[in-house]
Amino acid sequence: MSGVTRSGVTSEDGIKIKVEQVYKIFGPRAPAMLEQVRGGMSKAELLEQTGHIVGICDVSLDIRAGETFVVMGLSGSGKSTLIRHFNRLIEPTAGRILVDGEDVLAMGPEALRAFRRGRASMVFQRFALLPHKTVLDNVIYGLVIGGAGKAEARDRGMQQIELVGLGGFENKYPSQLSGGMQQRVGLARALATDAEILLMDEAFSALDPLIRNDMQAQLKELQARLHKTIVFITHDLDEALRLGDHIAILKDGALRQAGTGAEILLNPADDYVARFVRDVNRARVVTIGAIADRDGADRGGAAGLRSDGRGFSGAACIDEKATLEEGFAMLAECDGPAIVTDEQATPVGIVTRKAVLQALARP
Amino acid sequence: MADSFPELIDTRALRIALDEGFDWVVVNYGEPLEIGFLPVLRLLTGMERVLQWLPWYVVLAALCALTYLAARSWKAAGGVAAMLFLVGLTGIWDAAMATVALMLVATFLAVCLGIPVGVGMSRSDSMQSITLPVLDIMQTMPIFVYLIPFVMLFGPGKIPALLATVVFAIPPVIRLTNLGIRQVDAEVIEAVTAFGATPRQRLLTAQIPLAMPTIMAGINQTTMMALSMVVIASMIGAGGLGYQVLQGIQRLEVSRGLLAGLGIVFLAIIFDRIAQAYGRRMQQHLHIGS
Ligand SMILES: Nc1ncnc2c1ncn2[C@@H]1O[C@H](COP(=O)(O)OP(=O)(O)OP(=O)(O)O)[C@@H](O)[C@H]1O
Ligand SMILES: [Mg+2]
Repeated sequence: MSGVTRSGVTSEDGIKIKVEQVYKIFGPRAPAMLEQVRGGMSKAELLEQTGHIVGICDVSLDIRAGETFVVMGLSGSGKSTLIRHFNRLIEPTAGRILVDGEDVLAMGPEALRAFRRGRASMVFQRFALLPHKTVLDNVIYGLVIGGAGKAEARDRGMQQIELVGLGGFENKYPSQLSGGMQQRVGLARALATDAEILLMDEAFSALDPLIRNDMQAQLKELQARLHKTIVFITHDLDEALRLGDHIAILKDGALRQAGTGAEILLNPADDYVARFVRDVNRARVVTIGAIADRDGADRGGAAGLRSDGRGFSGAACIDEKATLEEGFAMLAECDGPAIVTDEQATPVGIVTRKAVLQALARP
Repeated sequence: MADSFPELIDTRALRIALDEGFDWVVVNYGEPLEIGFLPVLRLLTGMERVLQWLPWYVVLAALCALTYLAARSWKAAGGVAAMLFLVGLTGIWDAAMATVALMLVATFLAVCLGIPVGVGMSRSDSMQSITLPVLDIMQTMPIFVYLIPFVMLFGPGKIPALLATVVFAIPPVIRLTNLGIRQVDAEVIEAVTAFGATPRQRLLTAQIPLAMPTIMAGINQTTMMALSMVVIASMIGAGGLGYQVLQGIQRLEVSRGLLAGLGIVFLAIIFDRIAQAYGRRMQQHLHIGS
């Protein structure tokens, strides 16, 4: 391994995973097809003319350390293909993937195994548990093949099992658990190796809505404690908006837009993204902070709103983290603009009813 | 008379060349080969002696216990006991034990060789595309053809009989090992790889265990094929029940052939039952399937 020390070291700019112009074409003569794809041939045309399938087309991404990065897209848009590049289950036809500044594609077999054992773990859409092993043995699988002592691995495994709320089930077999429980085993297995990167390929898609809600909440809570870098794949926009610090939208293997949920909702990059996000209930997703007029704090002062230490007389205060929906009641009460505050109750901007209505209007 | 097929090449010369080539192998390597296979011969004769030395009721009890352990059914165990009792009653116990010994040793060798070959095939598409037609040939070639080279190499006796049986019986275990491993859920294999398993760890912790029910079905078929080969193998000195059948043919004694034939059928049923029940239990134990 290079001079990079392992745990938690990121390149100075805080980028954990850097994807540079990655292409993946499936088929026997993939490298030869690259020229045509670069020249702008579409996925459908390439398939029609050569029988090769474009999996990923010129994707570049920066994923920051400690964030939850969601990749979205319809079925067949290349989400699974993309995430499998990060731990090199799939090799790109062209492009680079850097983790902590280190080129994943340049790793030899030994280094790659060390990377997979210690630095990136994965949760699978269809759980992919070993049916002949107990819950505990599944959870500690990564540790055991990495050469950890049995006793130590067991301790760590039991902790993870408790963490995901499966205490008491450690000696059951996967077939004896419900889908939601199996996926929690998958999550515990991924958490057990204490990797900084968690790759989750449609981890919750196979679950029914109620359990899915629980799992999303559980993941958010875990993330607040553990600060992993999570790459989360979903085709469900609500899930993406709920979990993602940043969201990338793929279509036919190409990146259409990447940004925060609010950015994508409020400024969709193109028609496709706009149609994609059209039916979302914005009021539940967009935060007051995202539409606040940041220069407004001073103007608010100029408008005669004065702080008396406890708040602003004559104006309502809204937390910037509140969703629009949560702000409705407050805005309905006051005639003028409302003050937007951060956690310390310091004003950071103002928001008006007009701004809220504009944000709610469909593009 | 219609035109006969034109003689484009001199087949006689070709055949002579083939035969001479093989003769050369026999002359030069016959002895070292025979010495090399001595341990196998010892294994076979040792097995045969032990089975024939053991009192009949011990063998009967052991097989019943095995059946009960595998099937958890008194009925199955009782059936096995009845069939073995009949075998003893008709006076072919020793011959049956010789046959069982040959079958067990042949199966053992076939499994030891077949599983690694099957694993290799599952890993490489090119090896699979070479091996599959060879297996097809092995399974369609008339059984007697196998006997010729082995008899030439070793002379009539137990070793050529055993080796011909192994060659005849090995295809199913190879095929089904390959198939079983290839059928393992791709996402599970991906998961195992994603957690940093070496190819060896992947094989031992995921592929082989998950392919086990299929591999067991292959072993079961191999056992049955080994048993069906014993009649033919007896022609070159394997002894056992097959020899009784052969004698029945030579002396035109229907009774002798029939009794020995029934003995073979009983053995087949017994070992098939045990192997299948064992396969089911393993599937349950592995929590694979329903
Ligand atoms: N091994 C493969 N060989 C050939 N084509 C493939 C292979 N894997 C994926 N593809 C193709 O690449 C494209 C992207 O597939 P991918 O599985 O990444 O989609 P996805 O976005 O994960 O879809 P889903 O939501 O259904 O899981 C598809 O057109 C698919 O046909
Ligand atoms: Mg997918």
